[in-house]
Amino acid sequence: MSSRPRLIEVRASVLKQNDLLARDLRDRFRNNGVYVVSLVSSPGSGKTAFLEKLLFHLSQKQRVAALVGDLATENDAARLKRATPQVRQITTGTICHLDALMVEKALESWNLEELDYLFIENVGNLVCPSSYDLGEELRIVLLSSTEGEDKPLKYPTIFNGGDVAVITKMDMAEAADFDLVTARRNIQSVRPGMQIFEVSSKTGHGMDAVLSYLQAQMESARMTVQAK
Amino acid sequence: MHELSIAVSMVERITEESESRGGLQVEAVHLRLGVLSGVDKDALAFSYEVACEGTFLAGSKLVIEIIPLLIYCDFCEEERAPASIQEIDCPQCHAPSQKILCGKELEVAALEIAA
Repeated sequence: MSSRPRLIEVRASVLKQNDLLARDLRDRFRNNGVYVVSLVSSPGSGKTAFLEKLLFHLSQKQRVAALVGDLATENDAARLKRATPQVRQITTGTICHLDALMVEKALESWNLEELDYLFIENVGNLVCPSSYDLGEELRIVLLSSTEGEDKPLKYPTIFNGGDVAVITKMDMAEAADFDLVTARRNIQSVRPGMQIFEVSSKTGHGMDAVLSYLQAQMESARMTVQAK
Repeated sequence: MHELSIAVSMVERITEESESRGGLQVEAVHLRLGVLSGVDKDALAFSYEVACEGTFLAGSKLVIEIIPLLIYCDFCEEERAPASIQEIDCPQCHAPSQKILCGKELEVAALEIAA
């Protein structure tokens, strides 16, 4: 004879542990006055090239560091070190995304107080990184002109979870028959109100707008912390 | 595919919940999964079985409830269900909205235990 099973209400977030750690990291970043930006996109959409340009420009006057996630190689870190010495690779092995614990471990022995910006380049993937909070202040989603304008509709979750979008490889837009108007509309459709930048990391086109935006965001974040 | 990582986190969370209640004999796990959670239902169901192997949850059933998207429309001043996750706007007045009320859930809602 089997009796009726009992139902116990739990309501526990599956990623609670990651979320708690990400919250601690965010507090730590804020208290140390470092503005943390993460980058997500599909593989090959130009995250590293874009980040290399950002690091190069920002490091002229400010203290910047970067963590780069990759499945296997350390190539990206080597490349970014040309722009700034404080770069660490997080090699995830078979894991397709970064999580808060990987970020925390990678920060070991770095003095956050001595930084203005920290960039975290996620593993190239438009699905998995969306579930994991890394404690960042700003999440940039990148889309390259060569990927086609319907990417946001195919991967709505990652675009919806981002704060701003950057369309990269604009120097190749014409050759790729990239429809910018549709791309912008598709981004707005999955993430209403999202600010969108268009850049070419190769020519430098559009980078000034991104840099001023980051500067303004960083300053306003610092003011918010000081006001508390 | 990150569903295996998610499933491993699920097993950890359920273990915690069970231990805090003095150890449960879990027969089924009820999960609330939002359409905008970024997690695939079938991949998660498969991964859950794998993650449970060799744990006290081996053989337990996973019951997944899909939570649809619900937004708040500032213009209609009403809760609305957008047509899809590709069109996150009010289906009545078409005003876009980033006030997402439901649809991002990834939570263990309840545990079914042997009576």
